[in-house]
Amino acid sequence: MSKSLDYENLNENVKKCQYAVRGELYLRASELQKEGKKIIFTNVGNPHALGQKPLTFPRQVVALCQAPFLLDDPNVGLLFPADAITKAKHYLSLTSGGLGAYSDSRGLPGVRKEVAEFIERRDGYPSDPELIFLTDGASKGVMQILQSIIRGAHDGILVPVPQYPLYSATISLLGGSLVPYYLEETANWGLDIGSLRQSVAQARSQGITVRAMVIINPGNPTGQCLSEANLKEILNFCYQNNVVLLGDEVYQQNIYQDERPFISSRKVLMDMGPPISKAVELVSFHTVSKGYWGECGQRGGYFEMTNISPKTVEEIYKVASISLSPNVPAQIFMGLMMNPPKPGDISYDQFNRESKGILESLRKRAHIMTDGFNSCRNVVCNFTEGAMYSFPQIRLPPKAIEAAKSAGKVPDVFYCLKLLEATGISTVPGSGFGQKEGYGFPSANHHLACGGGHARDHGQFQEIQRQIHGAVRGLPRVLENVRGEVVKQKKASAAVYCWDFYVTCCKNFITNYC
Amino acid sequence: MASTPVTRDTINPKVLECEYAVRGEIVILAQKLQEDLKNNPESHPFDEILYCNIGNPQSLGQKPITFFREVLALCDHPALLDKSETHSLFSDDSIKRASQILSQIPGQATGAYSHSQGVKGLRDTIAAGIGARDGFPSDPNDIFLTDGASPAVHMMMQLLIRSEKDGILCPIPQYPLYSASIALHGGTLVPYYLDEATGWGLEISELKKQLETAKSKGICVRALVVINPGNPTGQVLAENNQKQIVEFCKKEGLVLLADEVYQENVYVPDKKFYSFKKVARSMGYGEKDITLVSFQSVSKGYYGECGKRGGYMEITGFSPEVREQIYKLASVNLCSNISGQILASLVMSPPKAGDQCYESYSAEKNAILSSLAKRAQQLEHALNGLEGVSCNRAEGAMYLFPRIELPKKAVEAAKAAKTAPDTFYARRLLNATGIVVVPGSGFGQAAGTLHFRCTILPQEDRIPAIISRLTKFHEAFMKEFRD
Repeated sequence: MSKSLDYENLNENVKKCQYAVRGELYLRASELQKEGKKIIFTNVGNPHALGQKPLTFPRQVVALCQAPFLLDDPNVGLLFPADAITKAKHYLSLTSGGLGAYSDSRGLPGVRKEVAEFIERRDGYPSDPELIFLTDGASKGVMQILQSIIRGAHDGILVPVPQYPLYSATISLLGGSLVPYYLEETANWGLDIGSLRQSVAQARSQGITVRAMVIINPGNPTGQCLSEANLKEILNFCYQNNVVLLGDEVYQQNIYQDERPFISSRKVLMDMGPPISKAVELVSFHTVSKGYWGECGQRGGYFEMTNISPKTVEEIYKVASISLSPNVPAQIFMGLMMNPPKPGDISYDQFNRESKGILESLRKRAHIMTDGFNSCRNVVCNFTEGAMYSFPQIRLPPKAIEAAKSAGKVPDVFYCLKLLEATGISTVPGSGFGQKEGYGFPSANHHLACGGGHARDHGQFQEIQRQIHGAVRGLPRVLENVRGEVVKQKKASAAVYCWDFYVTCCKNFITNYC
Repeated sequence: MASTPVTRDTINPKVLECEYAVRGEIVILAQKLQEDLKNNPESHPFDEILYCNIGNPQSLGQKPITFFREVLALCDHPALLDKSETHSLFSDDSIKRASQILSQIPGQATGAYSHSQGVKGLRDTIAAGIGARDGFPSDPNDIFLTDGASPAVHMMMQLLIRSEKDGILCPIPQYPLYSASIALHGGTLVPYYLDEATGWGLEISELKKQLETAKSKGICVRALVVINPGNPTGQVLAENNQKQIVEFCKKEGLVLLADEVYQENVYVPDKKFYSFKKVARSMGYGEKDITLVSFQSVSKGYYGECGKRGGYMEITGFSPEVREQIYKLASVNLCSNISGQILASLVMSPPKAGDQCYESYSAEKNAILSSLAKRAQQLEHALNGLEGVSCNRAEGAMYLFPRIELPKKAVEAAKAAKTAPDTFYARRLLNATGIVVVPGSGFGQAAGTLHFRCTILPQEDRIPAIISRLTKFHEAFMKEFRD
């Protein structure tokens, strides 16, 4: 019987699309995990999977919303603080029938109002709740917006290289064209307007109409925070070229340096005043998955539209309505994120303590990972200014590249597979995010992306970092000490484990291939 | 060449083309009227808007199943399980079940992305539930948990449709997710008409005819959508009919897309729900014989948990290469929401006889289902009593889809107002009574016929008022436009 759905007659766009974050490396890691090997997944920004605890207050509120009959129980105060109870009642009152009813297709009006108020407090400019749509994760929002923009292969979307591969995958699925613009690794992954203009000119010469530009700020996988000057340049560029700016700002809470705090694209746009502030079309994305909340599994996000024509907004609303509504529990998480406990609230101290603890730890780990990578031979790593990732450059020796070729693998995939098999650390090869072609050196430009969220024991981590600094000379002794420490501590930190084997692997790899 | 801003003229034409009447113009008008009432309760001849346009039970007073919500609350806040006070607020069974579920989630982290097909342990539970339902085993690797059934439908359309030359057979009337999704993905909807005269029967001869017509137009028909129980039509397919459909798909090499989200909503003693997988397997057909996708959701049934966005598709009969592509598609969105996944596992594996909570769970479930059956009957009876209105019985699902014969004058008035006649009627109904229904044109209907879809979901005590308001309006309408 001839099957209707064979590989050959699948939608070509589906076949073309790639999503490395859960691609070959991840699948191999999952296989190994099934075989019983201990795997540390650093391939995706999934903090709770690596030991980060959920914030207590939002979980209390959502649990109460989930089971409203608890609110009538006289014993509810034994398990839930009074402010969580009040908040739960507040969010239930915003729904029309509790968590189990479809909400407005754009999300609960009351929550969208809270989002607008958050944006106004953050930026100093009013925001319209009618132009804020809640979505099942920011990814869905990105897909919806790109779907509205892309008409065919002649429509191009400017995407940073390296980028989070949701963009390349979605553009591929929608049959559009990805127009890459390269971030400059030697300038801390900065954005150069000259190179941006070059990319656009090249695309136009190929008959592509550049419709939109994606910026990821803070960057993924690169972590850089855009300066205000850079944002102004970008907005001017979009104004001159009639390009919609898509501002992926999901990591806005994850900032690990003080030189470049987060400024939203919208704030910079509004600061620039008319005519540009009334002309540039902007869509901004946010999520509950990152920041210090890390609630990936809830699938909560929103996009905010600025200067988008009303008829276009109508059409986007129409498409949203086909999926009926975003999930209501995540909408409540979003509301809580927009409106967290304030000083004076019963739960404020605990909430503040938990949040600060997570952010401080992330900042520490950003430093440790960067320094750690930089201390390895043949590895160069820019500092993680924000987001959740390290994106070190690995200078692979020619023998390694040969070996990769004969194994039929792209060199960084080869490296990452070897790393995985030796240490259980699952990363994502840089080719999954895009990287510039070789600078002209025999060893091409390879990277791997490693999520930094694993340490439980910072003292241990710092000790190892100190030791690794002298690694090149004293490696065998270092490893003995590290292993000794691991054995001594009953609750060995995953990071210790990680570094122990990583260092071993680096040593072995370089020994074998140099 | 400078770009163009994103205006209606320059957005993706497929977005412009697609329609979704369930939340379309009548509903938008209803929302406006609701605002009016908020600002001035006297502004309209009714006190409130009654949304009978959408299968959203809990928005109209249906209560969630207590056991499910207990488990979900505990999974949302696992710290509760460490506290002794929890036993005074939650049933023992729910604590047990939540603990079991959390042990299947790595690190008990319900806030972490799961496997892109959904948490393995939950898929195991769902597969076991499907096996128990059908008497044929189900493989957890065939299951993809999604944010409601709708994203799964979109995924399949994306996979199947290469261009407008690819066609998907859809029932008319149909739930407009299908027409919208096909339009969005640039394909062609190939209609097959359900027969109103025979209780919305599905004739194989009609399927064959439409298939041939499509082929003759150069369309490559890829799949057949069957909604069972039907939406908006509510019919439950007879087993024999299902066998014919399976044979047809097998013979023609079509993927069978079985929308089975109303599988727990059957109201008549002479019909029973059989999954297409069960039917195919009981005919001796396995993975090599038929490609089948079955969609299920937590939004309907007796649980009605629309806002949770939980659901799954079970895919069988696909080659490994195709399965890889389906997995890849699922992975771009990372995973569906975990709470919805947990709920899907509860729905497919609810409390059993012998469980401590079984009695109270059963009582809740049966109360909801028997009430739905009662309301379906009452509304159907009332509609059939109206002049020019005939309504097939709702064998299942959550809707009535009466046919209305409008007088010529009404049709002309509609034309003058530049509106479809059924939309004209629905708008008049809304303005006079506050009742929101969806015009039949939103679902597709045989040429020359008019319908509207009305849900059976308002609570029992509201039904008499709805019936009387509807009846008064209809009599006045007919009086105004009678020839």
